[in-house]
Amino acid sequence: MHPIRKQRLYLVLFIALFSSAAVGLVTYALRGNINLFYPPAEVVAGNAPIGQAIRVGGMVVENSVQRADDSLEIRFEVTDFKESVAVVYVGILPDLFGEGQGAVASGVLNDDGVLQATEILAKHDENYMPPEVAHALESSGYDYKGNAK
Amino acid sequence: MIPEIGHFALILAFCLSIILATVPAWGAWRGNSVAMALAPSLSVGILVFVTISFGCLATAFLQDDFSVALVASHSNTLLPAIYKFSAVWGNHEGSLVLWALILAMWTAAVALFSPQLPLLVLSRVLSVMGVIAVGFLSFSLITSNPFARLLPGAPADGNDLNPLLQDPGLIIHPPLLYMGYVGFSVAFAFAIAALLGGRLDASWARWSRPWTNIAWAFLTLGIMLGSWWAYYELGWGGWWFWDPVENASFMPWLAGTALIHSLAATEKRGLFKSWTVLLAIFAFSLSLLGTFLVRSGVLTSVHAFATDPDRGLFILVFLGLVVGGSLTLYAVRAPAVSSRVSFAWVSRESLLLFNNVVFLVATLTVLFGTLFPLIVDALGMGKVSVGPPYFNAVFVPLMALLVPGMVLGPVSRWKRDNAARWRGELLIPTAVAVLCGITFPLVHAPYNVWVALAVLLSSWLLVGLAKDFWGRLRSGSNTAAGLRRLTPGYCGMVIAHLGFAACVIGVVATSQYSIEHDLKMEPGDSRELAGYTFRFLDVGQVRGPNFIADEARFEVMQNGVQVALLNPQKRRYLASGSVMTEAAIDDGMFRDLFVAMGEPVGDNGAWAIRLHYKPMVRWMWLGAIMMAVGAFTATLDKRYRRERQTADERIGAAAHGV
Repeated sequence: MHPIRKQRLYLVLFIALFSSAAVGLVTYALRGNINLFYPPAEVVAGNAPIGQAIRVGGMVVENSVQRADDSLEIRFEVTDFKESVAVVYVGILPDLFGEGQGAVASGVLNDDGVLQATEILAKHDENYMPPEVAHALESSGYDYKGNAK
Repeated sequence: MIPEIGHFALILAFCLSIILATVPAWGAWRGNSVAMALAPSLSVGILVFVTISFGCLATAFLQDDFSVALVASHSNTLLPAIYKFSAVWGNHEGSLVLWALILAMWTAAVALFSPQLPLLVLSRVLSVMGVIAVGFLSFSLITSNPFARLLPGAPADGNDLNPLLQDPGLIIHPPLLYMGYVGFSVAFAFAIAALLGGRLDASWARWSRPWTNIAWAFLTLGIMLGSWWAYYELGWGGWWFWDPVENASFMPWLAGTALIHSLAATEKRGLFKSWTVLLAIFAFSLSLLGTFLVRSGVLTSVHAFATDPDRGLFILVFLGLVVGGSLTLYAVRAPAVSSRVSFAWVSRESLLLFNNVVFLVATLTVLFGTLFPLIVDALGMGKVSVGPPYFNAVFVPLMALLVPGMVLGPVSRWKRDNAARWRGELLIPTAVAVLCGITFPLVHAPYNVWVALAVLLSSWLLVGLAKDFWGRLRSGSNTAAGLRRLTPGYCGMVIAHLGFAACVIGVVATSQYSIEHDLKMEPGDSRELAGYTFRFLDVGQVRGPNFIADEARFEVMQNGVQVALLNPQKRRYLASGSVMTEAAIDDGMFRDLFVAMGEPVGDNGAWAIRLHYKPMVRWMWLGAIMMAVGAFTATLDKRYRRERQTADERIGAAAHGV
């Protein structure tokens, strides 16, 4: 074979091997690390898996935020105005978290249907709504104030 | 009146860019030198008008002209003047004007500082830049006019700038980042010009290399500043979130890193030509993709602007035209520029090739992780997010793979080297690195394998570079002569690679050794963290120019000696009513102490408090700065200027001849 051809052949083989290793790594890493989003209605309907990392989002229900006296535990509910899901989180909430505002919680659902959250994402400014929350509200047919559309 | 002048100037700049995109390109095609010679002056004209437009917008912000919708929604009379100015790019419309300004600056810079370029090449390059300018200026004028008025009914005061953006880091982060993003348009334009001309040689690489290096250096600084800003301003103490928008800036960086290395092979050996061109197209396309991701709001991100589907569609179409057009051109013309040079497997070329494969795979894995949620959503399989563990799992091993190549790269020879020599060169660095890797982590119990690995890799790199550097110093008749023989290109490489080593250490040490506590503390409480005692003294009220804040006072003691007084704040901004955490950080070369306030808890004046101990976190940013300094240093190389002097002489001689 022509030396340049031969070199190209090796090159292609090397790239193929290397990229299949990378693809293997990607699939492996992806398997355990993707979190599906569920609107509250889906969670209450029992469509969300228990004991697996998921995300649940919606509007934080007014007057639902409760704090523990002796720790940083916080309980609140998120709603798509059809159903709501209780969320428990231990830690410091983001600045823009608030009642009547959009929030997305990621964590694990326990047997009682309570989401044990490890991270809370709130909206980032006045004009912005997390796309998942917007989507959840759209499918439940309410606007962000809870008025039926 | 001023906003109208600005709007008019923007429209004029748009018209000039249409001429720049067409006339010189036509001239280059038909060999009309008058049409080609128009390109530099058109480029300068665009810069002048975009600058006027930007100046008018800035004036509207500084003069609190709330009849301009953009000013009314992003500024406020109480805002300090410097933030009024940076508010210009703290929003979608204004940041597009900044983007256009920087594009005009790069275009004019190419026009003014490239006397060594033949007119034919220069006119093609500037025309391609003109096409990009047409795209962005029309985007700005059609979908996001920054000068739209609120008449009648201008509000008495504005809505205020998002408090997160009221920060020195945000004054310079976007301009630097855009310098990088947009800078890749120069590399892209050179690549397209080479494809159009069908000629790609060492001098092409020599023209394109300094521009690419500078753009890459700016992008490095921009990303580094963004990370640093996130660290102290978001109040979470994190410095990289694998957020889609962070990825959006990181992917062009990865592709750009591959590009600057493949350009080295193209310049020195005439190798990988068509590959280099493809990388230049990738790097700029990824910059555009980044813009699309940020502006369209298709992904959940901390950076999302208020969004509008039209804008997303516009930029997507533009992206499609640029990527589709350039790849089609590539498919047609690449055979004309491909190289037929052979090299041995044991050679510097194959190491550079290895670098390119690793960076390309890294780019693709990050791209895949970023776009995966969009793909799944489009297939109707639900809304998913891909978390940081994915990115860490695929990215970290790839970066570790780079180090052996980086140790060998500088000592290897072009074309053909021999494995026995490589083994000899590697012997001392490897021995020292293994020794360091085993011993250094012993100072910090418990023993951490990841840190051991990081120390091993970085010291491998450090010793390898030091040995090579020393060898080169000794190669002259004396040290001073050896020092003089070092080229800026070589010094730049050493600095940048050392920066990479510093980054590795910083990233691994802070990820592995950080201690983070969220807890409830009352005034008077103490808490011990990594040998430091944090004492919560009290909380007071302070007033800033446009906010009021609860300010906590913390005293940090180590072995009975006061190390720092930290005053984190919880601010409430008066205009918008938004609340923001201002962390207090005691920084140091080897550790940062970080205190942030959550919210008041209970009735006894207790607060939720976040305490962090972050070892060596500065090394990461220091490393990034070194990489940028290295890239700037490399552009000082004489060979990029030598040709300019001869070109000047030619021009001078021609002038005298007349």
